[in-house]
Amino acid sequence: MRPSPSWLSPKKRRQLLRSSNHSMFTPATRASRHDSSAPARSFVQRLRTGDEAAFLITLVCAASIVVITVLLVVELYSASAASRHRFGWSFLFSRTWDPVAGDFGALAFIYGTLVTSALALLLAVPLGVGAAIFLAELARRRVSDYLTFLIELLAAVPSVIYGLLAIFVLVPILRTIEPGLRAVLGFLPLFQGPFYGVSLFSAGVVLAIMIVPFIISISREVLLAVPLEQREGALALGATKWESTWQVVVPFARTGIIGSIFLALARALGETMAVTMVIGNQPAINTSLFAPGYSIAAVIANEFTEATGDLYISALIQLGLVLFALTMIINAAARLLILATEKKGARR
Amino acid sequence: MRKRIGKICLGLAVLAGGLSAQVLINAAGATFPYPIYSKWFDEYHKLHSDIQINYQSIGSGGGIRQVTEGTVDFGATDGPMNDTQLQQFKAKRGCEVLHFPTVLGAAVAAYNVPGLNAELNFTPEALVGIFLGRITKWNDPELAKANPKAKLPGQTIVVVHRSEGSGTTYMWVDYLSKVSAEWKKRVGTGASVNWPVGLGGKGNEGVAGQIKQTPYSIGYIELIYAIQNKMAYGRIRNSAGEFIKPDLASVTAAAAGVKEMPDDFRVSITNSPGKTAYPISSFTWLLIPQKIPDPKRREAIKGFLRWMLSTGQGLAQALDYAPLPKLVVAKETAAIAKIQ
Amino acid sequence: MTYREAQRRLVNGFMLSLTGVCALFTVSVLFFILGYLLWNGGTSLNWDFFTKLPKPVGESGGGMANAIVGSGKLIFLASLIGIPVGFLGGVYLAEFGSGSFSFVVRYTTDLLNGVPSIVMGIFAYAMIVLPQRHFSTLAGGAALGVMMIPVTIRSTEEFLKAVPDALREGAMALGASKSKAIITVVIPAAIQGILTGIMLGIARIAGETAPLLFTSFSNRYWSPGWNQPIASLPVMIFTYAVSPYEDWHRQAWSAGFVLLSLVLVINTVARVLLSKGGYGRR
Repeated sequence: MRPSPSWLSPKKRRQLLRSSNHSMFTPATRASRHDSSAPARSFVQRLRTGDEAAFLITLVCAASIVVITVLLVVELYSASAASRHRFGWSFLFSRTWDPVAGDFGALAFIYGTLVTSALALLLAVPLGVGAAIFLAELARRRVSDYLTFLIELLAAVPSVIYGLLAIFVLVPILRTIEPGLRAVLGFLPLFQGPFYGVSLFSAGVVLAIMIVPFIISISREVLLAVPLEQREGALALGATKWESTWQVVVPFARTGIIGSIFLALARALGETMAVTMVIGNQPAINTSLFAPGYSIAAVIANEFTEATGDLYISALIQLGLVLFALTMIINAAARLLILATEKKGARR
Repeated sequence: MRKRIGKICLGLAVLAGGLSAQVLINAAGATFPYPIYSKWFDEYHKLHSDIQINYQSIGSGGGIRQVTEGTVDFGATDGPMNDTQLQQFKAKRGCEVLHFPTVLGAAVAAYNVPGLNAELNFTPEALVGIFLGRITKWNDPELAKANPKAKLPGQTIVVVHRSEGSGTTYMWVDYLSKVSAEWKKRVGTGASVNWPVGLGGKGNEGVAGQIKQTPYSIGYIELIYAIQNKMAYGRIRNSAGEFIKPDLASVTAAAAGVKEMPDDFRVSITNSPGKTAYPISSFTWLLIPQKIPDPKRREAIKGFLRWMLSTGQGLAQALDYAPLPKLVVAKETAAIAKIQ
Repeated sequence: MTYREAQRRLVNGFMLSLTGVCALFTVSVLFFILGYLLWNGGTSLNWDFFTKLPKPVGESGGGMANAIVGSGKLIFLASLIGIPVGFLGGVYLAEFGSGSFSFVVRYTTDLLNGVPSIVMGIFAYAMIVLPQRHFSTLAGGAALGVMMIPVTIRSTEEFLKAVPDALREGAMALGASKSKAIITVVIPAAIQGILTGIMLGIARIAGETAPLLFTSFSNRYWSPGWNQPIASLPVMIFTYAVSPYEDWHRQAWSAGFVLLSLVLVINTVARVLLSKGGYGRR
């Protein structure tokens, strides 16, 4: 007789043996589910063993997620009906946001959301990929693990705390470096115009700090998954460590890194609190980064509880729908990319 | 052991669930009178410990919306509901909504100009120009004209306004529409308008906070916010041509300009005639549904209104809100009976 | 050494140290945040903060006792909703699921995970606040609970799958039914990882503000029961931070410090627990 595993306590062993007296032997591996030689049992008998109950209960829970998500989409779609019927697709391209006249358009918010996220990526990607390279290639394993642990803690800091720090620390810092920036990059229309403190630029910087941990942790893992042979091959050909990393390892992990960037982008698009505290809350499209702006999440947070009139509310919900669609697309792209990297690594 | 833990958990849940004989009333709305309202509700709770009025200052627009949806028991606004909103309320809730004025306050032009100690004078044209974005520098001739002695810097003016629906906005743009046909045409009046320029702050608190944090900024907030946060605010020229400092006396003078208070208490006193009247003053109202089904809440709200019209008025002055004129108090006390 | 070699060596040294700077900078941001909050928030933390209710506007003093308890109640309710559904859903995906239904479940889990929290707030508002006609702890807890589900499902499934099949087969060879095997053998083997996932989920929703803005609203007093609006730490931080009152700023720092400590402690404990062994090390 096969000895029971040693980690099963005597109590559990007895329990298992006892239960076997009540139930008929049921090979529960997937293949034998379809084994017709197993004796058929009535529903009540199956219920008794707990199998059917367990299956049903867990099935209901898993299905409830699908139900909730479907409900979410349906709710968003139906609650924004008034606005959708009124504006149609032109909602996405209209710059006006006029509650008095009842004319709503999402362009200013889409612009603000995309610009702040783009700026965040511009700042976070070099920082994040650089740090990931250090953690994956250069640092010793233990040091790398500790540092990654700390960096992942950064990802856990709540958004409202980032916002708190942004108002009282970041904005004054940006005010002091703004003349320097203007001197260097002032020829670009992006850096012209007066700087108020709260602006697209401030929002972009705080978003960058918030999404860097995601880029770092995923990129690091992807880089670690690159087979050793690749690195050794490059070094054997006489490359320096940097050349081996930059020209061989990173391109190998490229799809995964891009996937992490997409994931970080999806996070940045949906960020609400930190952005609304420093973006300036002005629904207009200004070419300068120093000017205030507005993002989709920020306008919903600010105006949702007090939008009077059904058209106003449904316009805000339509904005929510746009944001949802945006994040859904980018998340899907991210997952596909990361999946592709894993397959690539496994193949070779 | 497990049974004991289970019992403790159940006990905690019951406690947390709470069986209370308390009357819990939820309200939301204007940030303009928030300082005096929070003081009132706190004092009233001290007098009647079983009545708790939880007021959230989310803006007048929020007060109107939430009381219409029925998610709060009463609302508050400094911009009276217009006819469309009244109809919407009736359609959604099946009864009328009553406006009850509480105090009078002033929307002041608060600014943050480093190094400037003087109190600035603002002409109506200057205010219109600043908020339209036409006047962009602090040393603009329009401003210099009214402030010959002040050393105005050449910095850009940063305008701060409200980001959400606000009664303070309403009284501010109501005034601007009255003094400028251009403003009326370009922007108009409302709780939430399409601002040509400026940053958005959330609530009076947010605007005040923004002005404090941003050098060379100007915005509109209620008087007490400027005083409590030691912010500079300017005098505004009224219809009689005098530059008036906003305070208790000038706001009370503005209210005196109301000849006849309408039955529904909806009236605007901006740009009021009167030599000493501050031009951007306003009543602020509580929005109470006419029919309140729960008897405990109804009595609690009515009791609070009676207290507010008597003792409460006395507390208003300490926070620089002007108490209601006696005629209005009398009319309101009679109107309380309408709540059923 | 040729010129080209020297150049390559220079570039090598420079770029590698640059990456080190990047990593150092990121880690120092964390320490800066912690230190700043400790300095500003920790020093103004006093007994009043934990025991008193907020004072009227403009008056200094008062505390956030109701917000602390409020956050606790909301997290408790969210866990009540999120943990069972997430856990059992994960069990389904790992043990029973196969084929296209599982794929749909996994896909929608990912979808739900990526939904911005503000959209979740709109959803809870439409589903719970409007029909009930008032803001409530229930609505806030439900919004947070739904946000917890995807994280819990994913980690439960992952750690259950990492348990070797040998354990399952061993249990079944002893005659246990499938559910018995799962309950008594597989889950205990994966419990470390599952608990970690749950704790990470709790830490994540503890700091969420946006969905609470229009579900649980806020409250200046104690909130009895589950049907009243309730104060919470993140919402109070937001309200106080954008205000002009210095006293409120001070309280916002203290609240931020308390919240951050809570979140970081949960995260640290969870990850330490994870690295202590068990199946399926990440």
